[in-house]
Amino acid sequence: MTVPERQVHEFPAVIVGAGGAGLWAALELAREGIDTAVLTKLYPTRSHTGAAQGGICAALGNHEEDHWEWHMFDTVKGGDYLVDQDAAEVLAREAIETVLELEHMGLPFNRTPDGKIDQRRFGGHTRNFGEAPVRRSCFAADRTGHMILQTLYQQCIKFGVRFFDEYHVVDLIIEGGETRGVVAYRIADGEMHVFRSPAVLLATGGFGRMFRITSNAHALTGDGPALAYRHGIPLEDMEFYQFHPTGIVGIGILLSEAARGEGGYLRNDAGERFMEKYAPKLMELGPRDVISRAMYLEVREGRGIGGGDYVHLDLTHLGRAVIEAKLPDITEFARVYQGIEPITQPVPVQPTAHYAMGGIPTDVMARVVIDEKNTALPGLYAAGECACVSVHGANRLGTNSLIDILVFGRRAGRDMARHVRRNGVPDVPADVAEPVRAELEALRTRPVGENPNHIRAELASVMMDECGVFRTGTSLVRAYNVVCDLKDRYRRAQVQDRGRVFNTDLLEARELGYLLDCAEATVMSAMARTESRGGHYREDYPQRDDTEWLQHSLAYRTEGRPEMRYKPVSITHFEPKPRTY
Amino acid sequence: MLVDLRILRFDPERDEKPHWDTYSVESGPMARVLDLLHQVKWEEDGTLTFRRSCAHGVCGSDAMLINGRNRLACKVRVDQLGRRVSVAPLPGMRVIKDLVVDMEPFFDQYKSVKPFLVNEEPEPERERLQSPKERARYDDTTKCILCAACTTACPSFWAQPSFVGPAAIVNAHRFIFDSRDHASDERLEILADEDGVWRCRTIFNCTDACPRGIHITQAILEVSNAVVERRG
Repeated sequence: MTVPERQVHEFPAVIVGAGGAGLWAALELAREGIDTAVLTKLYPTRSHTGAAQGGICAALGNHEEDHWEWHMFDTVKGGDYLVDQDAAEVLAREAIETVLELEHMGLPFNRTPDGKIDQRRFGGHTRNFGEAPVRRSCFAADRTGHMILQTLYQQCIKFGVRFFDEYHVVDLIIEGGETRGVVAYRIADGEMHVFRSPAVLLATGGFGRMFRITSNAHALTGDGPALAYRHGIPLEDMEFYQFHPTGIVGIGILLSEAARGEGGYLRNDAGERFMEKYAPKLMELGPRDVISRAMYLEVREGRGIGGGDYVHLDLTHLGRAVIEAKLPDITEFARVYQGIEPITQPVPVQPTAHYAMGGIPTDVMARVVIDEKNTALPGLYAAGECACVSVHGANRLGTNSLIDILVFGRRAGRDMARHVRRNGVPDVPADVAEPVRAELEALRTRPVGENPNHIRAELASVMMDECGVFRTGTSLVRAYNVVCDLKDRYRRAQVQDRGRVFNTDLLEARELGYLLDCAEATVMSAMARTESRGGHYREDYPQRDDTEWLQHSLAYRTEGRPEMRYKPVSITHFEPKPRTY
Repeated sequence: MLVDLRILRFDPERDEKPHWDTYSVESGPMARVLDLLHQVKWEEDGTLTFRRSCAHGVCGSDAMLINGRNRLACKVRVDQLGRRVSVAPLPGMRVIKDLVVDMEPFFDQYKSVKPFLVNEEPEPERERLQSPKERARYDDTTKCILCAACTTACPSFWAQPSFVGPAAIVNAHRFIFDSRDHASDERLEILADEDGVWRCRTIFNCTDACPRGIHITQAILEVSNAVVERRG
């Protein structure tokens, strides 16, 4: 069956996902006069960039001395030396012009008394290579991500970017070793659409929904990484997943690190600031992997609040004025979702699955690379959380996600502009949408089968319990077996909604397939890595092992177990050292 | 606690007109309306259709009419509603399916007020300076998440769907009072139109509905005053 002509579109550039990375790339292309389509399964302003609270780091030095080299060092050390240093250099240098450009676009940053962009402290960001915390995070109250998303969307409207809202991309078109476009499912009526294009950017965000307790939106199901994986592209460093220390107990909604940046404390049941034991220099502003592990250890040793599985985030000493002026959103979260008044009461918190350091491998131009030699796949790009460039290595610092999506979204847009000037809109086979249409039809019409929501719940539990903050060889084997079993059961899953109009039952089931693929690669990569580094902590291998493991993993999909390969880390400035805070 | 959850359902492929379905759902102590909707969808009836994404009140996907008020399903705790919860799509909008409405006209209205910074002066090397006071002038209206709760709570909008609506005016306000912007005149001209600010009857429904606590009626009045001042 072929897609009707009116549902075949031609664009010089196609962007999948409308968060910070996708929108900035679109803006670069549109300013160059290149007709650009942005496809999103939501509305652009619903993208998860909007949930980022705390800030965006750039060494502006508006309050005190700061340098991009310090930012680069913090990023490399924070990532436990698995960061590609050529990429970290790009990040830290271009952070400065990127933040200034955001201001020029109209972003309403908080201001210093003399009218400059205000900056505050954030975890792991220091002056003079680790000496003491530095004020590097630029912010707009605690809704920095919201303002970035709004500002970029506004500029995209100004420059005439073409939006295809509620188009769910369900396949990539890669033929003859080059990118030729994407296939999308229009949610409103269930029709298939083909977008022919020589340049495609995947900017689909993360996949935190594979875990039970997560800060991630329901939409974050790893669509881009899973589609790439199915086309033979490896997934890089999937074993590195970040658990953010301060999630709301039970539901995982994030209370920003800004709360600690403004001076909040973490306390155990005895009221002790327990970070004294784990990161005496930076205390509550230590990196997230260190703090999340510390919280688990406190709980394990019986010092959780009332013996339970959480600790307290204490803001009460900050006073009403600071809390209401600088942390209004997270204060409201505590009130609405926990019935807690943070001005007078400590807030119960526990680690929440937050951010994928791994993803689709790219070079510093955001071009997708497919092997150990970093061979690029012409016309395919990835940026933002779905990508692994790798600026975060084994653990991401707070605020570095926002700067990552913008610096590399911007670079993707610029390189795509060069690429589309040399390459016309490619041909695609008439029946290119047929395989994925048939898959979706089979799922939609299967007469009997298992409820996919039960499969999703089991996946989220096993990933949280066996592949979370602490891992062992045994727990990972258990997780792997469960994931394989769930993949098998997924082939027989049945949806209830048989309609064509706005069938979210069908799309949620489709997304579950993406989560299963991402989980498979995550567990396999974690099983293979017999060391502890950053967010990947193996209790059976508690030390970092630079002799064996100072390398990036690449998980390739096969018919059976994923195949693991490895590639070296780029080290240009800083030799690996023990990581203490 | 066991809750009676009534939902206004409509499937264009099956139904002639909307109808109420009632579900009996067990609700936990801190459960939100969105949790109840998920429970029904995932365990009882997969055809129940609604939008949602972030699930904590910042993405704006799940605005709907809950016990007679426009709110975000992820931000309303069930224990604050009692044992009877009724959920319907946002009023005044074309229903696509169940709780999903056509958002296109809403976003068209938003786009009509030039919701972007206009400043054609050469960009300085560093940031443009803005004092904390100038920044505070438009702080409130930067909070908007475009959920449409305000516009679809407005009787003037129900009576006259061509009214640009509170949300669009809020977003115009955000730029009109930004010291860096140079297009206030154009925006005020657009909003001086018959479908602009004058359709506001200061009913305050918009302010009551806003899940972000924006003082919307106040913002509309400030824009109206600016329109008057401009006419001089």
